[in-house]
Amino acid sequence: MFTLATTQILAAESDGFHAPSISDFFPPAIFFDGTAFEINRIMLVRFIAAIALLTIFVIGARRAKLVPGRFQNLLELGLDFCRRQITYEILGEQLGKKYVPLITTIFFAVFFFNVTGIVPFLNVAGTSVIGLPIIFALWVFVMYLAAGFKRFGFGGFFKHALFPPGVPKVLYLLLTPVEFLQVFLLRPATLVIRLFANMLAGHLLLALCFAATSYLFFEASGAIKVAGVVTLAGGFAFFLLEAFVAALQAYVFAILTAVYIQMSVEAEH
Amino acid sequence: MIAAQLITAAHSVVLAEETEQNPLLPETYDIVWSFVIVVVVGVVFMRYVLPKFQAVLDERTEKIEGGLAQAETAQAEAAAALAEYHQQLQEAREEAAKIREEARTEGGAIVADLRAKASDDASRIVETAHRQIEAERQQAAVSLRSEVGSLATELASKIVGESLEDAARQSRVVDRFLDQLEHAGTTSAASGTNGQEG
Repeated sequence: MFTLATTQILAAESDGFHAPSISDFFPPAIFFDGTAFEINRIMLVRFIAAIALLTIFVIGARRAKLVPGRFQNLLELGLDFCRRQITYEILGEQLGKKYVPLITTIFFAVFFFNVTGIVPFLNVAGTSVIGLPIIFALWVFVMYLAAGFKRFGFGGFFKHALFPPGVPKVLYLLLTPVEFLQVFLLRPATLVIRLFANMLAGHLLLALCFAATSYLFFEASGAIKVAGVVTLAGGFAFFLLEAFVAALQAYVFAILTAVYIQMSVEAEH
Repeated sequence: MIAAQLITAAHSVVLAEETEQNPLLPETYDIVWSFVIVVVVGVVFMRYVLPKFQAVLDERTEKIEGGLAQAETAQAEAAAALAEYHQQLQEAREEAAKIREEARTEGGAIVADLRAKASDDASRIVETAHRQIEAERQQAAVSLRSEVGSLATELASKIVGESLEDAARQSRVVDRFLDQLEHAGTTSAASGTNGQEG
């Protein structure tokens, strides 16, 4: 699907219409050009998403009452989902209690930064540039290492994670490097890439569909205009898909956070 | 695999665009702002938003549990009150029945007592009356006997006069009188008893 999209992009480019490209994710700076604090369009989108997220939840928390209204019910539904369907489901209630805030925060933050990809005028997911997924993944990485250290002690965790008990010693030659890669590289890296790649691809697909629609409707000649209807319908379908993906990726990120913590603290692999 | 494909795709696009941006390599500002944003969101969520909601949830749980406990207590109290009421009612009924029973026996006793007393009184009165009547009758008989004798003698002497002076005539008259009296005595005695009974 991606290669197809890419060839379309490349093919379309020769026609001279604005095809979506990777440079979309590196827009020109708006403030502080060239410094470590450079702010471009995507950074602004992230600020907006963060402000929206905080505004909604701070207002919700400030107005939180014993007898909830409609708004509070909706927020509590989301919080309860994170608590029960994600955290307790994986970690159990006793252990999970400690990690509910972490997992809830990650779920809502990732979801809000994802969903900007389908918000009109924002049109790009905050997580479609790799920095934000990296920070989230590092947070999770630190948390699951800390959980392991707390459970087994510093050396104990390494021993437990890298030399899983109940395995013939010879197998450690094979197992230990794999486990090392798993714990210290693959888990955080897959978290980053899964989220970032999904969002980036989603943006490319949406942008392609709408760019093509615009081109076909306004610049193509004659009967080819009709094809614009197809690309518009495709864009609408991808819009719905992206809404789903935004929620799904947030769910996946949160649930993997719980799973990795569980893997760090469980007695046996 | 998807990611790998994407990367190659991205690379081809990048090459086509003739830029050197690699989406897998973060820019410094990207990391900086991401870090700032995540820290701010994390701090606000974990220090304020989630504890606040947790507090509200806990309070609600407590309230509901309290309410349930209270309802349970109230129900238990109501059940106890009902049982007590029933018991009291039962006791009251039993007591009422007992009182009624007592009253009935007492009433019966009183009636029987009164009846006995009344019949005693009646028999006493009757006896007294009988005695009085007997006494009066005797008195009457006594007075009659004495008076009748003298009256009769007086009357007889008045009627007979001096003719009774000689002994022979006197004895004849007396005998005749006694005979008559005897004769009349039997008939009048019979009619007399009849009259007394009537």
